[in-house]
Amino acid sequence: MAGIPHDHYQPGSTAERWVERRIPIIGLLYNTLMIPTPKNLNWMWIWGIVLTFTLVLQIVTGIVLVMHYTPNVDLAFASVEHIMRNVNGGWALRYIHANGASLFFVAVYAHIFRNLYYGSYKAPREITWIIGIVIYLLMMGTAFMGYVLPWGQMSFWGATVITGLFGAVPWVGESIQSWLLGGPAVDNATLNRFFSLHYLFPFLILGLTIVHIWSFHSTGNNNPTGVEVRRTSKEEAKKDTLPFWPYFVIKDLFALAVILLGFFAIVGFMPNYLGHPDNYIEANALSTPAHIVPEWYFLPFYAILRAFTADVWVVIAANWITGGIVDAKFFGVIAMFGAIIVMALAPWLDTSSVRSGRYRPMFKWWFWLLVFDFFVLMWLGSMPAEEPWASMALFASAYWFAYFLVILPLLGVIEKPEARPATIEEDFVAHYGDGATGMRLPGEKAAGPAE
Amino acid sequence: MLSKVITAAALVVAIAIPAAAAETGHQTITDYEFPFEGPFGTYDQTQLQRGLKVYSQVCAGCHGLKFVPIRTLSDDGGPGFSEEQAKAFASEMEVYRLNEDIGEYEYRTADVTDNFPEVTAAGAPDLSLMAKARAGFHGPLNLGINQLLRGTGGPEYIASLMTSYTGEEMEQAGTILYENTAFPGGWISMAPPLYGDDVEFDDGAPSDIESEAKDVAAFLMWTAEPKLAARKQMGFIAVIMLAVLSVLLYLTNKRIWAPVKGYKDEKLS
Repeated sequence: MAGIPHDHYQPGSTAERWVERRIPIIGLLYNTLMIPTPKNLNWMWIWGIVLTFTLVLQIVTGIVLVMHYTPNVDLAFASVEHIMRNVNGGWALRYIHANGASLFFVAVYAHIFRNLYYGSYKAPREITWIIGIVIYLLMMGTAFMGYVLPWGQMSFWGATVITGLFGAVPWVGESIQSWLLGGPAVDNATLNRFFSLHYLFPFLILGLTIVHIWSFHSTGNNNPTGVEVRRTSKEEAKKDTLPFWPYFVIKDLFALAVILLGFFAIVGFMPNYLGHPDNYIEANALSTPAHIVPEWYFLPFYAILRAFTADVWVVIAANWITGGIVDAKFFGVIAMFGAIIVMALAPWLDTSSVRSGRYRPMFKWWFWLLVFDFFVLMWLGSMPAEEPWASMALFASAYWFAYFLVILPLLGVIEKPEARPATIEEDFVAHYGDGATGMRLPGEKAAGPAE
Repeated sequence: MLSKVITAAALVVAIAIPAAAAETGHQTITDYEFPFEGPFGTYDQTQLQRGLKVYSQVCAGCHGLKFVPIRTLSDDGGPGFSEEQAKAFASEMEVYRLNEDIGEYEYRTADVTDNFPEVTAAGAPDLSLMAKARAGFHGPLNLGINQLLRGTGGPEYIASLMTSYTGEEMEQAGTILYENTAFPGGWISMAPPLYGDDVEFDDGAPSDIESEAKDVAAFLMWTAEPKLAARKQMGFIAVIMLAVLSVLLYLTNKRIWAPVKGYKDEKLS
């Protein structure tokens, strides 16, 4: 796919020609910034910029924090307090970095659900979607390991519980677990490797982000109608699109400023609201906290992990079929990772020929139920594993899987989609009235309706 | 499975909320007022000085403040000591530090650059971060609404703990436990530390048990979060600047899109 037809970069000066003949980097930057973007994108298309910004924010604050942090079981907790008290602006850096993780996940969940609603994952954007899921998995790994670094009680016990999951893998589980931990239990080796990987992963994410952006720069952005940009001629493409700069850059920056306003209000006035008080107690291997709870962004999947207990019939069946190899604990681990894998398979599980949920009357209901389900799971993940929460978590987990494995494939067959606009231009005009026509530069006179 | 599903669904609607509301009912935390609450709140210097006195004369017997440098007593937003006062305060304490001349640890008079001493003799926890490591307010139902409205409640918890001894005692495995309605579980191994009039305040402030408890709780909030004032100031500057930036970007965006969207076209051009 050659991308949407558009004006390519023409070196204007001798200097530009000189550079461009040697390395076509100005052209690359120009084409990246001026990419034709569907002009009907709504406010749910801002999260990409928010995510990119947050990644840079986390890398920059993280690099400075590392200059004062000491990854050692005896010194880590005190070095964080040193940052909070003695390093100039250290408290700000650390609170921004800690809450930045939450901002990152707010944005990524919004980004993912936007994808699921508008069918952005569908052909030809499956690879973009899969890369996105890989980035999300790396983000979870990074966030988890970062949470261990302050070496508080939740850091230590969270690390113990989560690495313990790998111990559930049959036969090789214990070996994997001690390989991950660098020893029989969470200790200095664990802290050091988590520190090392916590520094590495963001750069992997950065690399994958570039691939993620590159991949949709040839397929083009999806848009709220799910109707593709016309590529037959440059003129038609221009009626459906606007260049990314300045139209979407300014729009995205506006959204980013509003989101950062909320973010800095949290950092300034309630920086510990999203954290857990127990993490202000230094790690102690001899004292287990009453409730070990992961950070809020892990809760939905934590709920799925705990939902499949030994008395659930699918677990009993799996146990019986595999001759006891798959026990409840291992089933829980499979379910947790499976919950993300089924999401990654959405492009192939969704059988509908219509991309956008806007024109799918039945899909809408199931989709919003999934969003609701996600928040219910998040809440249940924080509750103790007792009745009635355990049954509710099982029910909510079942819906998560049912949505991807049953509802998405079936809807494509039984649902009768509504009429879609033929072009993006048509949708745009329907929304903004007859005055809204093709691309003109600011200040240019409105063209006649014939255009 | 099916019956479970139906039960669960029914529970969501009917029983869940009232049933769990009783769950966190063990602790009774009084929502004391503190001057550092809310977006504009900052520490009260004299209250921190009183709290420091309570800490030094009562708490410091068993508890340390190992993360708190003594020099921060003269930092902005804190108890407001002068550098001389901080030096004088340090010289009254002893710390266990490495003597680099002889390569051995020894007790010596503290310097302002030292931290408050670590006290481990009684097995009591360090108090540096206690006001952030304890939560007075939860839920309901882990939804975080109470924390949002009233704060995490660390200082409220500390003050309530000081004032909530019932006088009951019991012996368990050789230790005496004291009944305390603010403590999770209801029985705490710390003997009542304050009775009222334990210290005499220089500023003539009341020294009843509740006032002392509030003062020491405020002081411990300061030890846990010494940069609170600077943090709120940053919050304000950031929010105001981003609000202005948002408005400018909103107007820019509207202006750029106006000809494309086709309205106000004539007015703008």
